Amino acid sequence: MKLNTVISLLLIGVFVLSGCGSPAAASPTAAAAITMKIFAPSSLTDAARELAANFEASHPGVKVAIEFGHSPTQRLQFTEGATGDVFMTASQKDMTDAIADKSVAEGAARVFASNKLVIILSPKNAPNLGKLEDLSSAGVKLLVGNTDIPVGMMTMQALDKMDKQIGAGFKQQVIANIVSNEAGVKPIVSKTKLDEADAGIVYISDTISAPDLKTISIPDELNMVSKLNIAPLANSTHADLAAAFCDYVVSAEGQAVLQKWGFLPAK
Amino acid sequence: MPYHTRIHQIRPLLGFFLPGALTGILLSAPLLVLLFRGADAGLQGYLADPSVLDAARLSLWTSVISLLVTLVLGTPLAYTLARWSFRYKNWVEIFIDLPIVLPPLVAGIGLLLTFGRNGFFGAGLDSLGIHLPFTTAAVIFAQTFVSAPLYIRAARLGFANIPPELIEAAYTDGATEHVLFWRIMLPLASRAMLNGMILSWSRAFGEFGATIIFAGNLQGFTQTMPLAIFQGFEVNLGTALGISLLLILISGVVLFALRKVEGETIPTG
Repeated sequence: MKLNTVISLLLIGVFVLSGCGSPAAASPTAAAAITMKIFAPSSLTDAARELAANFEASHPGVKVAIEFGHSPTQRLQFTEGATGDVFMTASQKDMTDAIADKSVAEGAARVFASNKLVIILSPKNAPNLGKLEDLSSAGVKLLVGNTDIPVGMMTMQALDKMDKQIGAGFKQQVIANIVSNEAGVKPIVSKTKLDEADAGIVYISDTISAPDLKTISIPDELNMVSKLNIAPLANSTHADLAAAFCDYVVSAEGQAVLQKWGFLPAK
Repeated sequence: MPYHTRIHQIRPLLGFFLPGALTGILLSAPLLVLLFRGADAGLQGYLADPSVLDAARLSLWTSVISLLVTLVLGTPLAYTLARWSFRYKNWVEIFIDLPIVLPPLVAGIGLLLTFGRNGFFGAGLDSLGIHLPFTTAAVIFAQTFVSAPLYIRAARLGFANIPPELIEAAYTDGATEHVLFWRIMLPLASRAMLNGMILSWSRAFGEFGATIIFAGNLQGFTQTMPLAIFQGFEVNLGTALGISLLLILISGVVLFALRKVEGETIPTG
């Protein structure tokens, strides 16, 4: 009796939930829709969503699904059989690697935006950081990206440049202040926002969605610039749409969306 | 004692064997593939990498410490829940079990918001000079948080399964609460406790989500094996495979040893 009740309740729950979630019930035209799949780095979250929504609006019947993740991971996923239509990368290297893997055809990639590094500060800014040199003060809790993802690699390269200019073991001292090599830019922003760390090094585009965060800018000659790349995937089953999406992203309209979200022009 | 039946007629048993075999294959296939591909990629090459050894060492000792913490702090709780009833006990039990179903990332966010520098207890901990996030202590904290409920649950059921007549008899013979616990309850529940320890340690050893959020990722301090695998996967599959293989081997050895000990303990009830 008791078990029966539990099972009935579970079944009712399953029916109710599946009824609510069913896309067929939500839209009668859904059957005819084509879904294209885009792989994008998490730094592109807001911009890619807006680009996808605009593309859907101008291409009735097309639905754009975006898979966010780390570019190097996604590149590996293609070699292990992941399929999709467009690959957007956080750096040039990821696209070069994907071309070497033959996941992307030679000559198909285009630079669609660029990005550079900035230092974000926690709301409390307990150590009272005000300039680049303060990063090496003892006891500063600093978050950076791990060196296996583009933002982490750029951070180390920028530190090398700063070390040459500032000297006095700057890089070593900053590295000693790193409390965690985070797996992405978003966790760096979230943890710094929460005041769990004093500072973080992220992309300048990340500060757009967190306008309340104070920042210290890094002068261009000490900064690193990443080139974001876009290309249709070689195994795309919607090659026309994939090409159209890439064209849209590099078009003036697409560029306006990207710049709204803090990305620098492709140049 | 479980007993094994001789198979007289195969046919009526096929309804059990076939789905059983299918499940067995589904569960073991990914592990076997990892073992083969990992062995193929050459484990010794990755063992030479200092980050791999750092991760293995860190994972081993933090998971053992969190198991000890779980034992010392979890046993009294499990015993209390099994022996005595009190108001809202059901709710207490649900709250203790909840971390089991919680996605570990949620556990990590919860830990950060509670024990972080700016968290609920942050100011209090700060006045004691304790900063948990991004420390090895945070790794142990995260592991204990997600794994202790498994032990507490198993131990609680172990204590609760001891026949009340035994407790009555002990009282009649003049046993104190302490004697009852140490001499009767603990030995009788030991198998259930050991089972809980196995589950709990495995969970702690494989912990990923709560650790990366609450403790961060720094080689030698907070980068446990699952975190090293995650990071390795970003660069090349070989590194991730090598560490995965090592993780499977260590887990296998420990689980095998614990099972042996479990087999030698007295069964409950």
